[in-house]
Amino acid sequence: MLSRTADNLYWLSRYMERADCLARILDVTQRLAQLPAAYGGSTNEWRSALLTAGCAEQFKLVYGDDISEQNVIAFLAFSPENPSSIRNCFEIARTNARSVRTALTMEMWETINSSWLELKRYSTKNMTHEELARFMAFVKETSLRFDGAAYRTMLRNDAFWFSRVGMYVERADNTARILDVKYHVLLPDSEHIGGPLDYFQWASILRSVSALTSFHWVYRESVKPWLVADLLILNAQMPRSLTSCYQNITRYLDDIANFYGRQGGSQRLARSTLTRLGNSRMEDIFQTGLHEYIDTFVTENNRLGSIVNEQYLL
Amino acid sequence: MSVAFDEMTNADGSIRPAYAALSRWLSNVPPDVLDYRRREAEFIFRRIGITFAVYGESDAQERLIPFDIIPRILAGSEWRRLALGLEQRTKALNLYLKDIYSRREVLKAGVVPEDLVYQNPAFRPEMNGQKVPHDLYVHIAGIDVVRVDSETFYVLEDNARTPSGVSYMLENREIMMRLFPELFADNRVAPVENYTDELLATLKSLAPGTSNSDPAVVVLTPGIYNSAYYEHSFLADKLGVELVEGRDLFVRNDVVYMRTTEGPRRVDVIYRRLDDDFIDPLTFRPDSTLGVPGLMSAYNAGNVTLTNAVGTGVADDKAVYSYMPDIIRFYLGEEPLLKNVPTWRCREPDHLKYVLDHLNELVVKEVHGSGGYGMLIGPRADKAQIELFRAKLKQDPNNFIAQPTLALSTCPTFVEEGIAPRHVDLRPFVLTGSDKVRIVPGGLTRVALEAGSLVVNSSQGGGTKDTWVLEES
Repeated sequence: MLSRTADNLYWLSRYMERADCLARILDVTQRLAQLPAAYGGSTNEWRSALLTAGCAEQFKLVYGDDISEQNVIAFLAFSPENPSSIRNCFEIARTNARSVRTALTMEMWETINSSWLELKRYSTKNMTHEELARFMAFVKETSLRFDGAAYRTMLRNDAFWFSRVGMYVERADNTARILDVKYHVLLPDSEHIGGPLDYFQWASILRSVSALTSFHWVYRESVKPWLVADLLILNAQMPRSLTSCYQNITRYLDDIANFYGRQGGSQRLARSTLTRLGNSRMEDIFQTGLHEYIDTFVTENNRLGSIVNEQYLL
Repeated sequence: MSVAFDEMTNADGSIRPAYAALSRWLSNVPPDVLDYRRREAEFIFRRIGITFAVYGESDAQERLIPFDIIPRILAGSEWRRLALGLEQRTKALNLYLKDIYSRREVLKAGVVPEDLVYQNPAFRPEMNGQKVPHDLYVHIAGIDVVRVDSETFYVLEDNARTPSGVSYMLENREIMMRLFPELFADNRVAPVENYTDELLATLKSLAPGTSNSDPAVVVLTPGIYNSAYYEHSFLADKLGVELVEGRDLFVRNDVVYMRTTEGPRRVDVIYRRLDDDFIDPLTFRPDSTLGVPGLMSAYNAGNVTLTNAVGTGVADDKAVYSYMPDIIRFYLGEEPLLKNVPTWRCREPDHLKYVLDHLNELVVKEVHGSGGYGMLIGPRADKAQIELFRAKLKQDPNNFIAQPTLALSTCPTFVEEGIAPRHVDLRPFVLTGSDKVRIVPGGLTRVALEAGSLVVNSSQGGGTKDTWVLEES
């Protein structure tokens, strides 16, 4: 398979996944920001959204220090100046899809193409909350459809495996980032850990990854920080968890290696990350600091991305 | 202008035999059914169009070429005669190109004037004395022909560079078979869908001597922003070969490789849909980012086949066109089976004088123009246009040829007011491999949808039709 084709498929899946994540970040931020002012009146939720999405610096270049709800939404969802805005994700995904048209199934292409067309129907300025909610639902729906189309219609060969690797590398990154929102959203001084605001913030995070119900099924307890972290980091049952993502990454990279008859750096790194996740315990993670743990993970995950790139995509 | 020859109905109202079944069907089918099928065809095309080819990146406009649901029909005997002529013409084109880039007998014999070669912008001195695999240059030719009566086909233009449109031929048939199965039951229509198999066999037969037993073929595209990108991806898909861009290829030790996930893989035959100017920045335009640096050195070393060869443009412009009958006689010692449209070469003073005196009757074309642009259709032009061309002609006569306005044949076409005759042309595709020449029975019929219009180009409101060649039972 052409390296460029593999590269396009890999990034196409990453960008579709990223669009989904951005919609989820905006979702959770809006929930947090809607808390009654009486609950503490913290106003840094929108800054936290930028930090979580990893684009606070680019935002500053465009809007300066004016971190309003409207500006952040415009920047994360629609801005052409933000290379990772939802709009740009869809646009890049579609451009990639066009140039690997022959490697996609009809269903995948139609999902990408029609959502790109539909995207234009959303105005970028002054969206009401209801419009924004509808937009978020549309983005998540698109991601679901694309994922489902790929899963149901693609041949199980290197094209499929590269697109899956891309999706799970991106998803692992996104899960880690969403979990990190809590680090960036400060608890006001008047609030205490384990208090109602703290609870609400953790629950919002679960909700944003559609995991609140799962949480109750798995733990049968009230929402607690270490359990949320356990679900999103270590629990292999949870399809967005870092462990689950790395199980999949390892599996699909192995499929590629078996198919080509050669193992390489990406397979080794993926396995060692999976092993480390398997050896982690929540107590230790919280001891060393959740934010630090996530930070290290995000760095390692990025390193896997560049090794996959060197090994196959250049 | 005289009344044009209609391919279905004779002047006395009788129906020509090839159209008998279609004519019966047309007179029985209710108009709303036709209209319904037409809309269905458009819907399917739009879907395929959206699916494959969204033209105009800015807002995904699907610039669909209109499709007419009434087929254009040729009798088997007509087609066989036409095919022989196409094969003859393509053979001559190949011999001419080989000669131009080697011994130049044709120039020495005074059959073609030297400056038509040496001053031709499509002439590639880099190809002088270069051997190309199997001595073939034009492997995929699109020869545009028009018809003026029941006996006579004229060649309108030779396309020896990167002729396009074959995907429409294939998709038009696909759609017709889906929409009108009953018509195919009543007519024995020769299939065209083996075109891509024939193309693959042709391309493989052209592999250089140094390649493996199973040569690797690729389609080289300028990329997704090219207006024919859809056809490139369509062909790669049907051929089952990689669709590559310049950056996917590289040259090492005069061998071309593509970058794959399993490392470099050798490439033997490149069906390139990229003009000469852009294929190798080291040899041609240095600013080209679409090509492959070093490709020409691999080509000259005989390690890769480019289809079509480099420099074929010197054989297909409108000035050379007028010499084609002589070129055929010179190389093959045969009379041309297909006629040329009588052509005045404005480069010759007596021809120029005639043209200037008869501008209101003639079609004047730029030698290097295409797509129906830069031409004057005398009988339809106003005074100002004619005077503009008179000035142009006087200033640069070498740049123009002139031809009589032909009464192009018409075919029944489904238009707003119902079924009416519209002018058509035909582009059959001629494949020349090292083993044999292959022509699938059919081609792309283009139709001028406006009443009386002779301009069939899709850029100017032309449409397409499925083209049927009937097999006699």
